[in-house]
Amino acid sequence: MIAIIKYNAGNIASVKNALDRLGYPCIVTDCESDILNADKVIFPGVGEASSAMQYLQKRNMDVLIRSLKQPVLGICLGQQLMCAHSEEGDVDCLNIFDARVRKFPPEDIVPHMGWNNLQQTRGQLFSEIRGDEDYYFVHSYYCELSEETVAVCDYILPFSAAMQKDNFNAVQFHPEKSAASGTKLLLNFLQL
Amino acid sequence: MLKKRIIPCLDIKEGRTVKGVNFIDIRDAGDPVELAKRYVKDGADELVFLDITATIEKRKTLVLLVERIAREINIPFTVGGGINSLEDARAVIIAGADKVSINSSAVKNPELIRNIAMEFGSQCVVVAIDSNFENGMHRVYVNGGRIPTERNTLDWAQQAEKLGAGEILLTSMNKDGTKSGFDIDLLSLVGNALNIPVIASGGAGTKTHFTEVFRQTRASAALAASIFHFAEIPVPELKKYLLNNNIAVRL
Repeated sequence: MIAIIKYNAGNIASVKNALDRLGYPCIVTDCESDILNADKVIFPGVGEASSAMQYLQKRNMDVLIRSLKQPVLGICLGQQLMCAHSEEGDVDCLNIFDARVRKFPPEDIVPHMGWNNLQQTRGQLFSEIRGDEDYYFVHSYYCELSEETVAVCDYILPFSAAMQKDNFNAVQFHPEKSAASGTKLLLNFLQL
Repeated sequence: MLKKRIIPCLDIKEGRTVKGVNFIDIRDAGDPVELAKRYVKDGADELVFLDITATIEKRKTLVLLVERIAREINIPFTVGGGINSLEDARAVIIAGADKVSINSSAVKNPELIRNIAMEFGSQCVVVAIDSNFENGMHRVYVNGGRIPTERNTLDWAQQAEKLGAGEILLTSMNKDGTKSGFDIDLLSLVGNALNIPVIASGGAGTKTHFTEVFRQTRASAALAASIFHFAEIPVPELKKYLLNNNIAVRL
């Protein structure tokens, strides 16, 4: 069973729809035992960092997420919340990745919205995926490059498009909305 | 590099696509989901569904359709047409739409932009503007381009950005349906003044119109309906052409 963490950041339905299409049983849940017992955990999210962190802390879900031992995949805001700190609402985050989240400088159109290719992909998430595939991004804040970066995207500046440390994986783009290339990446995660 | 987006627009009435569609290889071209899947396969970057149903049953039918689309489609899609309130927006977003497009309702009540953005984020809010150039002024029209307002298009687009719009879908009424090319003047004027993505709409007739709009304006995306529906310009052929002309697109 795959657990999709339910919290105050939507559009979680699209992740569930993607897993349904791939035939993987999943539940959208905020129940601690469901999450702890899941084979894999997806931490999705579209929303604002400081209110999302507040929500998680109030329910002790920050501690729960950090303690997970099974493969975890953060998506979009999920990846940002797994970093050390976000400029969005000036908030300390889960500190799984040793990177900060910053706002894009207004040197080009913000949000970074649309399809962009990755560079320097590595690791199991990108196994047997061409290095220059396009994925769908939509975000105004970005995760800095760090030791945990496993894919780089360039928009205004180079940033972490994907990160990985131990069992924690994360992507800034939306694999569930990235057509065939996103499906391949989700399958790679589901087969970890 | 961030790619320029190609966005087919589907008009929906009572849960069915309107306008004849002559893809020979889909069983039911009147089914928005079948047509949408075909566009995904062809490499469309996003889809817009515009509901033109006028009945009271509208929202229920639309929400059911949005749920079906969301289950089947793995690219982002926008739903517009008659979203008059935060409740309307919430219903289609919860049903699975990635974005809502608001037009007349935003002109009547600009706070609606802020309210949707506050609850779901700016990336969810597309403000659609129908603009007509007349007597030396770009004028905003509402109610499907039938009623003129006192608003100037550039001012309104800038106000929408400040209120939290994530994107502007800008349709030139002078160009719409003419197949004589996008409205470069209008799109340059608005695109240069904003720092959010602008989607060009109205006037697409040939492949060169797309290279023009992407070379001469800051448009992030181009939307069209009939040239795609009638397969005058299939999406894969357009994208190949753009790529050969050094416009970055996703293949």
